[in-house]
Amino acid sequence: MLLENARISKEENIPMCQDTGFAVVFIELGQDVHVEDGDLNEAVTEGVRRGYKEGYLRKSIVSHPLERVNTGDNTPCVIHTTIVPGDNIKITIAPKGGGSENMSALKMLKPADGIEGVKEFVKKTVKEAGPNPCPPLVVGVGIGGTMEKAAIMAKEALLREVGSENPQEELISLEQELLDNINKLGIGPQGLGGKVTALAVHVKTFAAHIASLPVAVNINCHAARHKTVVL
Amino acid sequence: MDKIVITTPLSDEVIMNLRIGQQVLINGTIFTGRDAAHKRMVELIKEGKPLPVDFSGQIIYYVGPTPARPGKVIGAAGPTTAGRMDAYTPLMLDQGLKGMIGKGKRSPEVMEAIKKNKAVYFAGVGGAAALISKCIKKAKVIAYPELGPEAIYQLEVEEFPAIVVNDAYGGDLYQEGTKIYAVE
Repeated sequence: MLLENARISKEENIPMCQDTGFAVVFIELGQDVHVEDGDLNEAVTEGVRRGYKEGYLRKSIVSHPLERVNTGDNTPCVIHTTIVPGDNIKITIAPKGGGSENMSALKMLKPADGIEGVKEFVKKTVKEAGPNPCPPLVVGVGIGGTMEKAAIMAKEALLREVGSENPQEELISLEQELLDNINKLGIGPQGLGGKVTALAVHVKTFAAHIASLPVAVNINCHAARHKTVVL
Repeated sequence: MDKIVITTPLSDEVIMNLRIGQQVLINGTIFTGRDAAHKRMVELIKEGKPLPVDFSGQIIYYVGPTPARPGKVIGAAGPTTAGRMDAYTPLMLDQGLKGMIGKGKRSPEVMEAIKKNKAVYFAGVGGAAALISKCIKKAKVIAYPELGPEAIYQLEVEEFPAIVVNDAYGGDLYQEGTKIYAVE
């Protein structure tokens, strides 16, 4: 049914999911680039505004989290910029659906919790999500850093192509083990019961404070949508 | 298992024949509603004011569709997570609402209200928004147009595919289905 959906989506130019997401934009700005005649963030926001209008995508953003009035153009977007060597600008857009984002979680574990604590937290987060985030899932995990670093790593991990190997060799077996643990939960496609609850688990790590072991789990549905351009 | 064809409005007799795991094809008029519309409607109920729609025997589809391209009835229109409506659902069921289509689990309070009111909760196919949109033959906004994708639409549907997750007997397909496949 999901394959048939993908076929219709492609042939009729209709989104595969009605939730066309919060536009999350990763910018890698080469340090030799000088942006002239305007504001880079404004330009990216304008691109999102036009893309969502011209693409007949859903306007899913409210201007204030408590007052909740729709902005009508899917802006603002969430922009993460990093400065890198070089003279290019690499822009990756990853529209993120609310249903799967809502089931994501972060926990500041104790260093003593170790790898077992990480495994337990990933499993627990997916179990509690159950059918809600449209399994089968792609799960991004960020381990280490600070609270926000772990969360951003978990999101970045989702950008890796599903089926590709982790460039950090020592994480390959951990990813497989986390995936096996998740698939033992029995949640299955649509949450109706089955052997495939997740298609992939992607892990990123970073240095941590002597006192901390942050773990973030960012849940994505089977449609890990993203697109990159280099200027 | 054969799919059961059901037509709105739903009678108690039809609902009492539905059991968890049963696949259905829905025909007739259904109404959309999600977070913002539910919040407004429950405020109306609490103030003793009439709702914009008479929900007696009707189905609410939890969805916020994408805009229709020119010449099309509607854009992508798959189910959204139903649990966000849990806080509002028991009051809506007391208004005569008989069915809901969404995705994901419901609270124990909602399951109890479903049983008490002889209602049913269906899951649509999460992530199959393009496919589902083909079942929608007519669509018009009938309340809260200012809410954009969260407005209440009246939809005419033909053979809209769904599966019974919570029936009027207190059953829960998610719990039962996961039990079968869980290892350990």
